[in-house]
Amino acid sequence: MCFPANIPFLKYNWKDQLWNLFFAAGLLIGGFIGGVLLKPETPMPLSSKTVGELRSYGISDMQGILPADIFSWSQLLTWQHLLIVVGGGFLVGFGTRYSGGCTSGHGIFGLSTFQWPSLVAVILFFISGILTANFLLPLLLQS
Amino acid sequence: MKNIIYLLAGIIFGTTLFKADAVSWFRMQEMFRFQGFQMYGIFMTAIPTAAISVFLIRRFKVKTIEGEPVHIPTKKFNMGYVFGAIIFGIGWGLTGACPGPIYVQIGSGISIAILILISALAGTWVYSYLKPKLPH
Repeated sequence: MCFPANIPFLKYNWKDQLWNLFFAAGLLIGGFIGGVLLKPETPMPLSSKTVGELRSYGISDMQGILPADIFSWSQLLTWQHLLIVVGGGFLVGFGTRYSGGCTSGHGIFGLSTFQWPSLVAVILFFISGILTANFLLPLLLQS
Repeated sequence: MKNIIYLLAGIIFGTTLFKADAVSWFRMQEMFRFQGFQMYGIFMTAIPTAAISVFLIRRFKVKTIEGEPVHIPTKKFNMGYVFGAIIFGIGWGLTGACPGPIYVQIGSGISIAILILISALAGTWVYSYLKPKLPH
């Protein structure tokens, strides 16, 4: 890859890994097919309890797959929203690499092949996600 | 063009993730609050499906598209599984995004998901940079 700093972890034969990019391109096309071509007329309803709680955090628009009240360019200019979008994204990338997998790698594939390190990872990222969504997120949105 | 198969697999996975609502931040918040069944239903379907697939691959010695036997490496535990998972969980709780769904979100036309992707790539890069110094 064209990244600087001579990092061993990032040194690999990119041609051998080209399939990754094809898979990622497929995900982009899949998003287009699912989200644009097959766009549902009536979205699947969200639990009314969840809607109520998110309202209490100041999220009013429940349309789409990301809340426009946080995840839109015009809403990005508060430190809380920036922390959620940029900081959250950073932690997703950092943590996934550090733990060697994510929800599909550990959660689906690791568990389905009975690998106990994956079970440890799944339990921990799930607990961590629950605490973040229930405590850190409201704290950030209400501050 | 073997890469076309990877592309097709990505298309199927991406379309499914979108249609199952697995790329939805709202759905993720519902899951983290135990207020809906949707995400749990997905995992409860996907894990046995994967287990059966792996069983069939082993049973019938299915070859990869390169013609090689399918090798499933055994994961060796290290502390990265602990620290990494906790860090990923915080990011997941905030953005509702696992790495794969970020691409799907972009494909569905949400431009700000590009910023999430760039941030995640930055996270990957910083991890790689710090890797020798981090506890594993």
